[in-house]
Amino acid sequence: MKVKGRNIEERFFKILMIISALIVVGSFFLIVGTIVVKGAPAMSWDLITKVPSGGFFLGGEGGVLNAIIGSFYIAAGSSLLALLISLPVVIYINTYLRKRSWLGNLTRMGYDVLFGIPSIVYGAFGFTLMMYLGMRASLLGGIIAVTLLVIPIMIRTMDEVIRTVPNELYEATFSLGATRLETAWVILKQVAPGIMTAILLAFGRGIGDVASVMFTAGFSDNIPTSMEDPTATLPLAIFNQLSSPYEGVRAKAYASALILTIFVLIISVLARLLSKKFSKNKV
Amino acid sequence: MNIRILKDKIAGRTMLVLTLVSILLAVLVAWGLFYRSLPLLENYSLTDLLTSSAWKPEKGEFGFLGFIMGTLWVTAIAIILALPLCLLVSIYLSEYAHPRLRKLIVPVVDLLSGIPPVLFGVWGVLFIIPLIQDHIAPSFVDNSAGYSVLAGGIVLAIMIFPLLITLFLEVFSTVPRDMLNASLSLGATPWQTVKKVLLKKAMPGMIASTVLAISRAFGETIAVLMVCGGNVPGIPHSVFDSGYPLPVLIANNFGETFSVPLYDSALLFAALLLFVIIFIFNAVSRIILARVKRKIE
Repeated sequence: MKVKGRNIEERFFKILMIISALIVVGSFFLIVGTIVVKGAPAMSWDLITKVPSGGFFLGGEGGVLNAIIGSFYIAAGSSLLALLISLPVVIYINTYLRKRSWLGNLTRMGYDVLFGIPSIVYGAFGFTLMMYLGMRASLLGGIIAVTLLVIPIMIRTMDEVIRTVPNELYEATFSLGATRLETAWVILKQVAPGIMTAILLAFGRGIGDVASVMFTAGFSDNIPTSMEDPTATLPLAIFNQLSSPYEGVRAKAYASALILTIFVLIISVLARLLSKKFSKNKV
Repeated sequence: MNIRILKDKIAGRTMLVLTLVSILLAVLVAWGLFYRSLPLLENYSLTDLLTSSAWKPEKGEFGFLGFIMGTLWVTAIAIILALPLCLLVSIYLSEYAHPRLRKLIVPVVDLLSGIPPVLFGVWGVLFIIPLIQDHIAPSFVDNSAGYSVLAGGIVLAIMIFPLLITLFLEVFSTVPRDMLNASLSLGATPWQTVKKVLLKKAMPGMIASTVLAISRAFGETIAVLMVCGGNVPGIPHSVFDSGYPLPVLIANNFGETFSVPLYDSALLFAALLLFVIIFIFNAVSRIILARVKRKIE
């Protein structure tokens, strides 16, 4: 009797688990599917090749090219800036410091915590900082705020990858008389695909975030030509279009959402493929 | 001195400075937000700010309770929905699923984590709102526009799926295989092993993971803003009421209303509140998770 009971329990929970797995996997396809179904009919060349004309948000002509370019500028600029800051930090805590140094652990812990800070906080802080410096909402402001947001992602991802490098590689380079800096180059070559993954993850996060750029980058119907220009971003354009009372403008929001979905999916898949390649080369 | 060693030393010093400065970033953010909240904190007592729900900035009334309750409602709904689901999925992936199936499901979870918040918002508006308005709400309440804390909770739940599943799987992988095998070889069924060995050993890590997920839900802004329908501050009384969480308060009003005295200070106080709560939650749970991991190393 007891054996029977536990077999029923076993089967019951197994079915529950399969249902849960279906819900989780299904939710991804449901989200992408909904956006494709709603966005595809409103898709047009105009949307991705033109900037908004006057009265765009009242149902006027034009597209979201300004926002697409703006998002790329901000994501690329902040990924680059974040890389310039993250790479030295990661090299330092991995090659210059000992394995269990307190500074290394503090840095890792600190960035784990910063990773959890929501983008709205970085946005609000970034805007405050800009007001203090006398800056206005601009491309540069957006890049700075998004850089703050993606540094933790980059550092933690690169650190995880570098930590998989076997100790023997360090010992081999050191025993050949290399300095720590020269060793760092050897290590970096070894984990190059992993670093690309980190850059892509940061880029993907930067291109999709709204809360950090809504005050710092502003919005504009034009493609930015200098660092001081206010800059539209694709997610913010989607958000603005969706709040419109006009059905036609909302349809454009769905199509813009489809564009963003395609971008982030390409970036995510690339990042995954690269990290797979990396794990294949593991020594 | 050898030029190579000199280069090594200079690079080392530069990188050390950069590391220290970048760590100070957290301190700088906290200090900046605190400094700008000071005018509000000097004029009102902390207890008043946190326990009053009267929000009339133009009359000088700043009560955050409505927003705090809005945040708590959506977070609670999200966790109640996501926790059992993610727990079951993680147990399934770690103990039951064939490695090949695991290789199919985990990438989907990863892709889900790459979807930006605004797309969750769009999906919420297109799918969840009509679902609540036409099918769920009518059986409980007379009238609901669909924009509600329930909608926010559902969208948030899906947003934290990837985080919870990844963390749970990581925690489960720290439980020694020998222990699970011992239980199985004594005749326990897989589920009994999960219940009596896996979950018991993994409990501290699971609690820490859940706290991390809670803090993620706390700070989510744009998706919640799009589906919660919060325009009027107030405390929600049912899941079908609209909600106005803290991040939404900042997103809706920041940068525009600096003519009202103390308004910007109040909004930055809201940001400070989020920062402090999330910082503490994150720090505690990360320390617990690091301990759990170190044990097996």
